[in-house]
Amino acid sequence: MSKFCSVGKERDENGEIIVCEESRAKLLPILQNMQQEKGYISDEDMQSVADELGIHPVEVYSVVTFYSFLSVEKKGEHIIRISNCISNIMAGSKEILKQFERILNIKVGETTSDGKFTLEETACIGMCDMAPAVMVDDKLIGNVTPRMVKKIIKEHS
Amino acid sequence: MIKKNTNNRKGKVIFSKFEPFTALKKALDIGRSESIAEIRESNLKGRGGAGFPTGVKWNLAAVAVDKEKYIICNADEGEPGTFKDRVLLDEYPELVFEGMVIAAYAVGANKGFLYLRGEYKSFLPQLEKKLKEMRTENYLGKNILNKENFDFDIEIRLGSGSYVCGEETALIESLEGYRGEARNKPPFPANVGYNGHPTVLNNVETFATVPHIIDKGSKWFKSIGTEKSSGTKLLSISGDCKKPGVYEVPFGITIKKILEMVNAIDTKAVQVGGASGHCVSKKDFGRQISYEDLNTGGSIIVFNNKRNMLDIAENFLEFFKEESCGQCTPCREGIPVLLEGVRMLRKGECTHEYLDDLLSLSETMKLASKCGLGQSSPNAFVDIIKTFKDEYVLNENNDIKEKIFNAR
Ligand SMILES: Cc1cc2nc3c(=O)[nH]c(=O)nc-3n(C[C@H](O)[C@H](O)[C@H](O)COP(=O)(O)O)c2cc1C
Ligand code: SF4
Ligand code: FES
Repeated sequence: MSKFCSVGKERDENGEIIVCEESRAKLLPILQNMQQEKGYISDEDMQSVADELGIHPVEVYSVVTFYSFLSVEKKGEHIIRISNCISNIMAGSKEILKQFERILNIKVGETTSDGKFTLEETACIGMCDMAPAVMVDDKLIGNVTPRMVKKIIKEHS
Repeated sequence: MIKKNTNNRKGKVIFSKFEPFTALKKALDIGRSESIAEIRESNLKGRGGAGFPTGVKWNLAAVAVDKEKYIICNADEGEPGTFKDRVLLDEYPELVFEGMVIAAYAVGANKGFLYLRGEYKSFLPQLEKKLKEMRTENYLGKNILNKENFDFDIEIRLGSGSYVCGEETALIESLEGYRGEARNKPPFPANVGYNGHPTVLNNVETFATVPHIIDKGSKWFKSIGTEKSSGTKLLSISGDCKKPGVYEVPFGITIKKILEMVNAIDTKAVQVGGASGHCVSKKDFGRQISYEDLNTGGSIIVFNNKRNMLDIAENFLEFFKEESCGQCTPCREGIPVLLEGVRMLRKGECTHEYLDDLLSLSETMKLASKCGLGQSSPNAFVDIIKTFKDEYVLNENNDIKEKIFNAR
């Protein structure tokens, strides 16, 4: 297969870069950790990951931009995701979304000026039986009412 | 942890009583080929949506000659309206893992992955804990339960918010560290999978069914369900009903029965199989859940009389537009055209002729798209156009078509 990659730091006795599939497979976990720690993946970080895995930075960029939970722009400290799936909408998720927009004073897709919260829409989060549901960072919260919105924000402030 | 909505789980297979790891011991006793034979005899088919016979898949991987083989559990569960894998991972993780260990033994694999969707990251600590316990008990690790040369371990990898990564070859690409873009098939993963090695990839529910079959036998399993669809199916039911949740039902259950079970009233239509599935109207509520009739990975969304069907078609197409990987033209270019079409229908701007064009475009997408996403994306649109004719009016003025095309 042609899709081998190399670990730039490991070389065999002849100084050749060691070709290794396993190292490329680490790309996504590495990026996920960066996203978690910094809230985004910067150009410098993409370059350093690329160097470490011995691949072109464009390769890293193409992976980052493919996945919706990875981003090249800085996200808020907490990410609130509201599912825009049909079960959620039928259960009134648009009202919940509006409530978040009102209280945080931002529109969906934006980050608050203090960098605390980013508000996003996302596909089905697998909580359709407890719609409307939201995801705050990694946490799933079901049966959300407009009244709960304030509390959710407060808990994370 | 999230609040549970258990509806008092009961069922004939997955939610039936079971002593963890007895099936694994039995499989190690009866041997590799007998274990595969039992699964094949049972007529178990994949529970992730496509319905490929599990025993056949395992056999392909078992006979493939390679030192390295892999087991992958598909826990990407991205189909709108599906949440049964969430319940299995939360409440029955040892059943899923036991199924994976049995598969590993049967085909001769040393390494397994659970590909967990990013949305379910909160389950990671409890799943890791379960794996750790299994290692201590020697259900994972080296020479599992003293079976010489049977080494196997499971690693959990997270997805990052991409629906198409649930497609098996896209999932493998993602595991390998690439964009989740589907591969051409054949070759199938059972022959050429993770890093080019034979790989058994099954849905969470498929793996959770395996220990029950090994334990109680294929005859028992085949006695449940219909002739062509053995066993039970977990349904994730949501939408306009009083009792949403996960239900285990025998194959062959009708839509009508399901609606009674969840206390749905004034039901107009039921979406079976999520956004990529089919929209079933009232006159077809006698149809049944099975591989030979209405096939589903488990998603059932109920719509009552107040719902507008074009809203639903629009929502599904928006979803597909967002999730298409963009690799192939029929899917990437076709979905936005259908979406625009629905919006025209809502405004009463779509003509007869243009609607015919949209339906023939749908046919092209079904035939020419590279993976299941593009192939199934027009399904709900076509069903709704054909079944709910009184929910839209067509424009009789043919100039409109010209105008629309110029506007693009
Ligand atoms: C766009 C798309 C998304 C899919 N998502 C999932 C998924 O989330 N979970 C799953 O088990 N199968 C999913 N599948 C089906 C898989 O490709 C594959 O058929 C299945 O995981 C095989 O396991 P099974 O035979 O046990 O069902 C998806 C298929 C497509 C085309
Ligand atoms: S059908 Fe769609 S999702 Fe599948 S490979 Fe083509 S563009 Fe990607
Ligand atoms: S359909 Fe909304 S969370 Fe699943």
